[in-house]
Order: sequence, then C-alpha cells, then structure tokens
Amino acid sequence: MTKDEIKAAVLEALKAVAPEMDEASLKPNKSLRDQLDVDSMDFLNYVIGIHDALKIDIPEADYPKLATLDGAIAYVAEHVGAK
Amino acid sequence: MSEFKMPALGADMDHGTLVEWLKQPGDHLTRGDIIAVVETDKGAVEVEVFEDGTLERLIAKPGERLPVGAPIAIIRDVGERAPSAPATPQAPTPPPVPPLAPRVATAAAPLRAAPQPSHTHRISPLARRRAKELGIDPDALVGSGPGGAVSVADVEAVARAAPPPAAVSAPAPSPASAPAPSAVPVMRSVIGAAMARSKREIPHYYLSHTVDLEPALRWLEAANLKRPMAERMLYGVLLLKAVALTLREFPELNGQFVNNQFKASAAIHLGVAISIRQGGLIAPAIHDVDKRNLSDLMAAFRDLVRRARAGSLRSSELSDGTITVTSLGEQGVEGIFPIIYPPQVAIVGFGAIASRPWVVGDAIEPRRVITASLSGDHRVSDGHRGGRFLAALGGLLQEPGKL
Repeated sequence: MTKDEIKAAVLEALKAVAPEMDEASLKPNKSLRDQLDVDSMDFLNYVIGIHDALKIDIPEADYPKLATLDGAIAYVAEHVGAK
Repeated sequence: MSEFKMPALGADMDHGTLVEWLKQPGDHLTRGDIIAVVETDKGAVEVEVFEDGTLERLIAKPGERLPVGAPIAIIRDVGERAPSAPATPQAPTPPPVPPLAPRVATAAAPLRAAPQPSHTHRISPLARRRAKELGIDPDALVGSGPGGAVSVADVEAVARAAPPPAAVSAPAPSPASAPAPSAVPVMRSVIGAAMARSKREIPHYYLSHTVDLEPALRWLEAANLKRPMAERMLYGVLLLKAVALTLREFPELNGQFVNNQFKASAAIHLGVAISIRQGGLIAPAIHDVDKRNLSDLMAAFRDLVRRARAGSLRSSELSDGTITVTSLGEQGVEGIFPIIYPPQVAIVGFGAIASRPWVVGDAIEPRRVITASLSGDHRVSDGHRGGRFLAALGGLLQEPGKL
C-alpha cells in the first residue's frame, strides 16, 4: 500500500466525521481535534473508520498516535505491512 | 376524533415547519409511529404519535410553518367510526406534550396535502437549507455520508454539476415567511431565548465536586481490551450510567416543572448535550438510562450523536428529558456551571479529565480526576440534597463494577 493510498483512506475516515473539513487547509502535524473540532465520539468513529477501511486492529492505547494526520499515516504504514 | 398538534420540541421551540408526512389518511397508527418530519430551528425531527388510532385527515401542508399547538392532522381514535363527510374538529383534546411556549390559535383552514413520498431521508438541517437556497429538491439527493446522509457538500456538488432547472420543485415559500436566515444565528437565538428564560425563572444553585476517576478509567481500559474496536466504550457512558443510578435516590432532581408544579419522574431520561458541528447545541434524551447495560447505552449514545448531527431526532427525545448531562471535557477546562434546561430542574456537568496529585491512603499519587458539577433548582431542591447527590455520584464511580 502506498503512502498516498493510506493518506486517502485516513482522509476518507476523517471526512465521515467532519464533512465540512477543508483538506487543503489541514495541517498534517497538528492535532486533528483542535483543527476540526471533533469530540471523543467523532474521534472514536474516525479510528473505527480507519480500522474498517484498512483492516488493521488498533489497540485503545494507540489511539493518541492517530491524533494528527502525519501520525495516523505513519501508524497505518507501520501496521498495514505487518499484517 | 382528536387533533394532532404541532408538538413543542423543547423549551426553545415556538414554531415548526412541516417537511413531509410519513403517514397518509387511512393509515393505522400505533403509539410511537413516526407520522411526520418537522423542521425546527435546531434541525429536522421525526414526530411520533402518542396513541393508537387511524389517520383521518391531514391539515398542514409540507412547507407550512406553524406555531406550537396548531392542529396539523386529525386522528380517529380506536373504535371510532369514520365520518361520512369531512369532519369538523371536535373539542380539542390536550396536546400530547405540554406546550412550553404559549399556544397560538390558528384559523385552521383545512388543507389537503398532496401525497408525499413516504421514506425517511437523512439530511442535515444545514444541507436542507442550502438546498432550498440553491433551488434543489433535497429529498431527491443521495448523500455521501453514513447511511446516505446528505451533507452541505453533497448539495453544493449537485449545484455545481447542474444549474438548478426552474422546474425543480422547490417548496413555494409561504407568504409570511421571511428570507431564511443562516442556520447558526437562528440556533443561537433560540438557545439564547431558552437560557434567558431559565435564568429568569429558575433560582439556580451551583455545586462542584472533584472525583478520583482512576478506578473507573482502569476498569474501562481493561474492559475495552477485551472488546472488538467497534464495541469499545467511551468513559462518558460510565458517567451517564452513574448519574442515572444515583438519581434513583434523588427524585427531586429528576423530572419536569410544569404549570408551577414539579412532577418527579420515575423514568430517568437523560438529556445529553451534543454540540452541532459549525455551532450550536442540542440536548436530546436517552431513555431509561438507569435500566440499560453499558454496551446498550454506548450504542444508544453513538446513535443519538449521529442522528443529532444528521438532523433525524425523534420528538420524544426532545421533549421528555428529565435531567441533562453536559460535558466540556474535550475543551480541556476543569469545570462547568451549566444552566438548567427548562422544564427540567437540574443539570449535571463534567469537566476535562486531568492528572493531579491526589492523596490515596497516606501517600500522594498521580491520579486522573474529573470535576462533576450540579446546577439545581431552588424551587424543588437545595444545596444540601444537591451536595449529597454529587457525593453519592462520586462514591459510585469508585465502584465501576456496579455500573
């Protein structure tokens, strides 16, 4: 899986919880919660969205690693190959 | 024969616009059936019927904006014979929901509505409004959101793809309707009106209590380890259940204050304050929270948040809350002193979870703590009982196995 494909899947999961999100203005290394005003329920749904799309299991303790776009892409890249 | 009236869906509603009928004359109705969709300033709401019967006649037409209490349909009671001629409404029966806003009599010119497609359609209020502005029929759209929900982006994508043909059936604005103001200021003004009323009428008292949440969080983390991702629970669910169980011992905090009188409720329907994306707030209720297990409660909570944001709440969820719970946890502030949502008489708030030095036995340990607060109504309870409530809530959270 390429980095671009992973990025597209992560953005898709984000869009499902924050439909009005403007991809272009999203800062990849900044907290998604702060930028998109997502709450804990949105964040949970975003993580589940990534799980559903990419078939990786994400332990709850790892959720904070998905808090930025860059973090999520790196996390997925690391795990998608491993499984 | 009884009149079915525009329901009061919360303290802040005085008008509603009929979006569509989901039942047609002649249809049999069972208590709880969704009869219509009504658009309020806070979104589209599925309106339920409160008794069994047969839909006799539709009075309101889709697109019509009517005050709370105005008759919108005639329902024939069980066992009543169908009249041979169009019936004149009988003596009005009391409305199913006590109207919170003054009821306004309307000259009910009976209007026969054209049959509407009887399907539920998920579309956010904002998207519906935008579709109207662009002259697009919102019900003809298939959205890209979960379950086909239509978002503003979907509406705008359609508008870009094809300029709106004049023939598209945009609902004709009723003569009285002013140009639709944008969503956020309208919601802001209805929230403002409800909160002003609350502050004017309810003598609030405020209490706060910081609780060690470490045992509950550790319990939750262990429970979630055993669960597949989609079934993991948020700590908010533990808080809701703890509030509901504690309320059983504090009936003076759970109920509604209507017609100068407090009526305690045996059922515990927790209103949950949910922020609407792009501004605003709505507090639909989860029913019978004290009787649900945590998994069931989590599913109900998830579903409620999704529907609140998609604009598909039910009328009972907006009118029968017996107390509200609000959490500002995500914003990182420690405490909140919320304003009671009339006709309720109490509201419970939670701040953010914070790691703090905490005395455990004889030692100081880092613990995750949360500040719970209670705003109560002095007409019904006082700080002494309110304090007992918060202390009992804190105590219950030390024993998460009981939740």
